[in-house]
Amino acid sequence: MGIDLTTIPALADVEPVRSTKTPLHLDYEYTAGAASSRFLRAVKEKKLMGQRCPKCGKVYLPPRGACPTDGVPTTDEVELPHTGTVTTFCVVNVPFHGQQMEIPYVSANVLVDGADLPLFGLIQEMPAHDVRMGLRVEAVWKDDDELETSLENIKWWRPTGEPDADPSTYEGQM
Amino acid sequence: MRDVAVVAFAQSKHERRIEGYNEIEMMMPVVGELWERTGLSANTVGFTCSGSTDFLAGQAFSFVTILDAIGPWPPISESHVEADGAWALYEAWVKLQMGEIDSALIYSYGKSSPGDLPKVLTTQLEPYVTAPLWPDAVSIAGLQARALLDSGKATEADLAEVAVRSRGNAKANPKAQLAGDFTVEQILAEPYLANPLRKHDCPPITDGAAAMIIAAGDLARELCERPAWIRGIDHRVEAHALGVRDLTDSPSTRLAGQKAGVGDGKIDIAELHAPFTHQELILADALGLGDDVAVNPSGGALAANPVMAAGLIRIGEAAERITAGGADRAVAHATSGPCLQQNLVCVLEGEG
Ligand SMILES: [Zn+2]
Repeated sequence: MGIDLTTIPALADVEPVRSTKTPLHLDYEYTAGAASSRFLRAVKEKKLMGQRCPKCGKVYLPPRGACPTDGVPTTDEVELPHTGTVTTFCVVNVPFHGQQMEIPYVSANVLVDGADLPLFGLIQEMPAHDVRMGLRVEAVWKDDDELETSLENIKWWRPTGEPDADPSTYEGQM
Repeated sequence: MRDVAVVAFAQSKHERRIEGYNEIEMMMPVVGELWERTGLSANTVGFTCSGSTDFLAGQAFSFVTILDAIGPWPPISESHVEADGAWALYEAWVKLQMGEIDSALIYSYGKSSPGDLPKVLTTQLEPYVTAPLWPDAVSIAGLQARALLDSGKATEADLAEVAVRSRGNAKANPKAQLAGDFTVEQILAEPYLANPLRKHDCPPITDGAAAMIIAAGDLARELCERPAWIRGIDHRVEAHALGVRDLTDSPSTRLAGQKAGVGDGKIDIAELHAPFTHQELILADALGLGDDVAVNPSGGALAANPVMAAGLIRIGEAAERITAGGADRAVAHATSGPCLQQNLVCVLEGEG
């Protein structure tokens, strides 16, 4: 339904507007915050620094400054190893705009040993179809002269060759 | 109507740019202060409602991550409005009226520094013929101020007087971002920012947060020696398109004020959410406030204007004055949208 434009003589020959385009562009400066800044500075030194909740004892990696279950600041820092366990994963077979990896590849949640929150990462150096829950992996870092304040410093994770982790060690993290 | 009162209010120190903290880290100590003062927690408060806008952070669903500041585990009853926290208060108040719960936490935050605020606010304009022209928020307010001056209802000196009083009152507000002693002559000697508005007629760009706890009946009396009872609360909206409104008046504020019962008794103080000086004059007129009403003793939004929190702060400031005994009956107002498009009015009273 709409107004019948033919009833308005002045608009009789005017093509009705059916759509408009409103270009919208806004620039933002992201504020990482205190906790993320500490984490990112450590990552530049090839260190994985988690933060422990003083109430429930959970270790968050990456930390965001608060324990999401207790609502208190996570002030204690804990250095974590560069090994972990694949908790969930996804084999990417579909090409999309801006894709930088050759398909198929694997995106996964990696629970770093000692952490209570999985990190997102890529699994490489093994066939995609062999990736599985419980797979033990280690971080593959960029060269030292390429390190930045970014989690992209971990290029991907590769299998350590250890036996798979027992499901009870990661069942709460999926 | 069930008796519901503001029993506790807290706000951050307001700053132009909080660089060291993200929104969660900015919000957490404010909410923590209320937990400490009331003994409530995320799990014992009946309902939680927040007000914010993703356009400030430039991040979709950013408000969800801020729940980390509350500790919502085990799962809590929670809601969010993409509006000023004053509207989150309204939702919580309605929830308490239903009688199922006795308390609620309301929180809101505005971290404007990541983006270009006057342009970010452009995105709330009517999207077909106004927003594509990209008028910024200060220019839009300038159009409204010009219309008011042309109507003969106010002069540039009247606007300057609002600025002088607000910045002067803000000296007693430890959370204020801008305060100081100025004279009307000093302000009128300054250049225009968006004619007829000068810098002093405009709010600062602010990073800040606020939180409030409301409670019903006996619980309110338990949590607070002198609760600020919400005797009336109402909100109304005007057309989105600026061209179909009389910008020199605020009929939505007038109607909300009538529904909230502003005129039913003597008003001691008014906290009006007027980001621009001329808007305070429009609002005071719409609410029928007399010369004996102390307007914006906190300094108002001209002292600190965290977008999406500045309205809730008006209600919190008014409530704190009642709780402290400095006022018996107050009116608080919040606005949202361009040129006072949406308005909420709240009447607060102390007992005894
Ligand atoms: Zn915790």
